[in-house]
Amino acid sequence: MKNPLDSLWGTVISGIVLTVIFFYVAQWLVARASTGA
Amino acid sequence: MWEELSGALLRWLHVLFGILWVGLLYYFNFVNAEAAKQANAAGEGAPISKYIMPRALFFFRWGAVGTWVVGAGLLSTIPGPNGLNGFLAAFGLQGNMAPIGIGAWLGTIMFINVWAIIWPNQQKILGMKPATDEEKAKSRRVAFLASRFNTMLSIPMVWFMVTGPHQSIYH
Repeated sequence: MKNPLDSLWGTVISGIVLTVIFFYVAQWLVARASTGA
Repeated sequence: MWEELSGALLRWLHVLFGILWVGLLYYFNFVNAEAAKQANAAGEGAPISKYIMPRALFFFRWGAVGTWVVGAGLLSTIPGPNGLNGFLAAFGLQGNMAPIGIGAWLGTIMFINVWAIIWPNQQKILGMKPATDEEKAKSRRVAFLASRFNTMLSIPMVWFMVTGPHQSIYH
């Protein structure tokens, strides 16, 4: 499999995918704190 | 008044240093990498290595220091949950500080990447440190991937930096 970081588009798309994943992680962390879990 | 003003000044400086750092990161990745490849193929790459890269890398790595230090100072001025200092709350991913904390962690990984991987390898590539042709070729690949890795991380990092005033999206 080709390394996505070898192309600019692969780098940008990987960054956007990571943003979505981290967004849900952040939501989960905030929700966990507000429910006191 | 003073707290508000010092917070605004730190935020302003953090953004200025961030533009210097990430602006040069984008210049390396979106402009220079391909331009240098073409210039080297045409036998005209020497001026880039001799005049542009050392200067660009100077502002790049010290821009990273300025961004991180001022960002850490800025976080410290923000009160965290349960009376925690904002810096500790962010890096501990505590409560409402978790989103900015993720951004701070990403920025920290990028900062370490600059000083521990990109800069030492660039020194070999540019002849500032002795290296064989084989070592230079390896350094070129490592520095390229580390720089691309930082470009990738900058996308979520900037998201978490700018969504601070939009906390409701995380609830």
